[in-house]
Amino acid sequence: MKQEQGYKKFGMVIDLDKCTGCGACMVACMAENNVPFKQDETDKRLSITWMRVYKLTNGKPYPDTDICYLPRPCQHCEGHDGHSPCVSVCPATATDYDMATGIVSQIYTRCFGCRYCMAACPYHARYFNWWDPVWPDGMEKSLNPNVSVRTRGVVEKCSFCYHRYQLAREKAFVEERRDIEEGEYQTACTQACPSAAITFGDLNDPSHAVYELKKNPNAFRLLERLGTNTKIYYVSSREWVRRSGDNYLKHEPTGKVH
Amino acid sequence: MSTKSLDSALIPEGADRCPLWQFLLAIAVVGAVLLWGVYAMFLCWFKGLNQTNMNDYYGFALWIWADLAIIALGGGAFFSGFLKYLVGKDELKNLINYAVLIGFICYSSALLILAIDIGQPLRGWFIFWHANVHSMLTEVAFCLSCYFAVLTIEYIPLILENRQLNRVAFFHHLAHNMHGIMAIFAATGAFLSFFHQGSLGGVAGVLFGRPFGFREGVLIWPWTFFLFTWSAAACGPCFTILVTKLTEKITRKKLVPDKTIWLLAKISGWMIGTYIVAKIIDTWYWATVTVPAKGQTISQFYSDNPLYGMWILILEVVICGVVPAVILISKKGRESNGGLWTAVILACIGVSLNRWVMVLQVLAVPVLPFDSWAMYIPSWQEVATTLLPVCYGIILIMISYRYLPIFPKERELNAAPAPAPVTDAQPEPANA
Repeated sequence: MKQEQGYKKFGMVIDLDKCTGCGACMVACMAENNVPFKQDETDKRLSITWMRVYKLTNGKPYPDTDICYLPRPCQHCEGHDGHSPCVSVCPATATDYDMATGIVSQIYTRCFGCRYCMAACPYHARYFNWWDPVWPDGMEKSLNPNVSVRTRGVVEKCSFCYHRYQLAREKAFVEERRDIEEGEYQTACTQACPSAAITFGDLNDPSHAVYELKKNPNAFRLLERLGTNTKIYYVSSREWVRRSGDNYLKHEPTGKVH
Repeated sequence: MSTKSLDSALIPEGADRCPLWQFLLAIAVVGAVLLWGVYAMFLCWFKGLNQTNMNDYYGFALWIWADLAIIALGGGAFFSGFLKYLVGKDELKNLINYAVLIGFICYSSALLILAIDIGQPLRGWFIFWHANVHSMLTEVAFCLSCYFAVLTIEYIPLILENRQLNRVAFFHHLAHNMHGIMAIFAATGAFLSFFHQGSLGGVAGVLFGRPFGFREGVLIWPWTFFLFTWSAAACGPCFTILVTKLTEKITRKKLVPDKTIWLLAKISGWMIGTYIVAKIIDTWYWATVTVPAKGQTISQFYSDNPLYGMWILILEVVICGVVPAVILISKKGRESNGGLWTAVILACIGVSLNRWVMVLQVLAVPVLPFDSWAMYIPSWQEVATTLLPVCYGIILIMISYRYLPIFPKERELNAAPAPAPVTDAQPEPANA
């Protein structure tokens, strides 16, 4: 199945030199997507964070110490012709690669919680609902009505705020436009980032900012060598940060080796 | 030992069984552990998988390992059936019933564990309804269910041969006729087993995002597909032998002729031997070609963590692979009591360890360069629900052994020796 010409390929370019690690993207994502939380979130392997910010260090002692914050949403892997790691393994077709948008979807009502997709994802971008969501009193009134809440026992993950895309398309349809503008569909994390480190758009559309940004010589993607073919590009002027994005043998230079 | 129990009319004719109270007491002891497992199972169903120690790094854990391990160990059923009905090793008729029973227990247990393991058990049927043909798990689900049906069909005539049931003419003829066409089911079972054992190998083998588990292969099948089928056919019979020997120890009876055991042990030895050669080649290629192509080295998979070291690879391949193969291939080795016990135990540990590595170590190894190893200790609920099928298996074996003619040679092998003929002749005096 080849991605047809004219189809969109939504993705992000995240400038790691701009990211301050403030976590606004994580908060915005949780609020926008009704991501459940618990009273005790100390065990991060049980926390649901569609957008997670990692703290990277260069491992050097002072004064050469350097750190970098790396926001990690679902990478919306295309893999080889849409066979992303998680989509191809789901036994119940509860996750799908949309050739029209390049977005990997998750169908909560079809997922029966086998968690094979989580085992397949090297980015740990998929989360299981170990508990039923419990909202503090009154908070259920502030939930986003455009995003369904999930039940216990199913997997969930970043959807690139797909509901926003649907709303933008509906608006364009009502206004008798064939397509949406770049600014009409932006993810919550992109809009919340105070340092504008995240840029979102159609990677195939030359009029979108991401189209040029991804061509930056300092741009890289996470674990490119695995063939996951992701849609999240990272940019950093620091070589050690770029090298942290993939596994390299000692003698191999940073960058594309295949 | 006494045969005059309340249930003596149900016990196979001529078979000697322990008193009923002893039997019921043993059932009660094992049943207590089983009930503990049932309690844990209901906790998982009603409260959810938060009862486990799994997490978002360890989405697969003890249960999936148990599933893969018992399916591999239950491989003795399909392979023995294949050897008896398709290859024509008629000697195995003395063991085939027990192999079927062990297989039935293993596969029903696997299905039960899967039913506990999924987050939404009531949606379990989605795997058939919304089947994704690209997923190895879909293939597993279909072939596993079908093969379980085959094993049930193979087990039914054994039940119908119960002394009382067999008096009913219809059941008698049904059992007889089912035995007559068993070759068809054996062939179907072998075909289905090839695919689901293989698909279980493919579960980790297709994970191209996880270099530790990923394997190249042929067409859509990674090499692990074939290695899993091969190892199940090789080590499954060892489990059948092991359980048979254990049953003989517990019942203090000879149940299967040595000749039958030795034949199966010999075939198993050659299967393990050839499997382990293939496994070594696979490991070598993976370590020198596949892994470096992903920017990693094999040493990274066996260091910087508290559990997984090179020892696990040596234990699996050499101690639990090469050693049992050598013992079982050698006539002296397999025909010595100690050698046979050692070999079958090592082979069972080896294949179980292989499944552990291909499930849990795959998830433990960090893939992102800035990530770290993930360790896991199962919760008591996971342990209890894993012991549940073990107890169920023991109980089913106890009931089947007591009431069904599982071992066709039992009477012959345990017949009291004929008294020596009484003669008037005096023995010749020894030379003074």
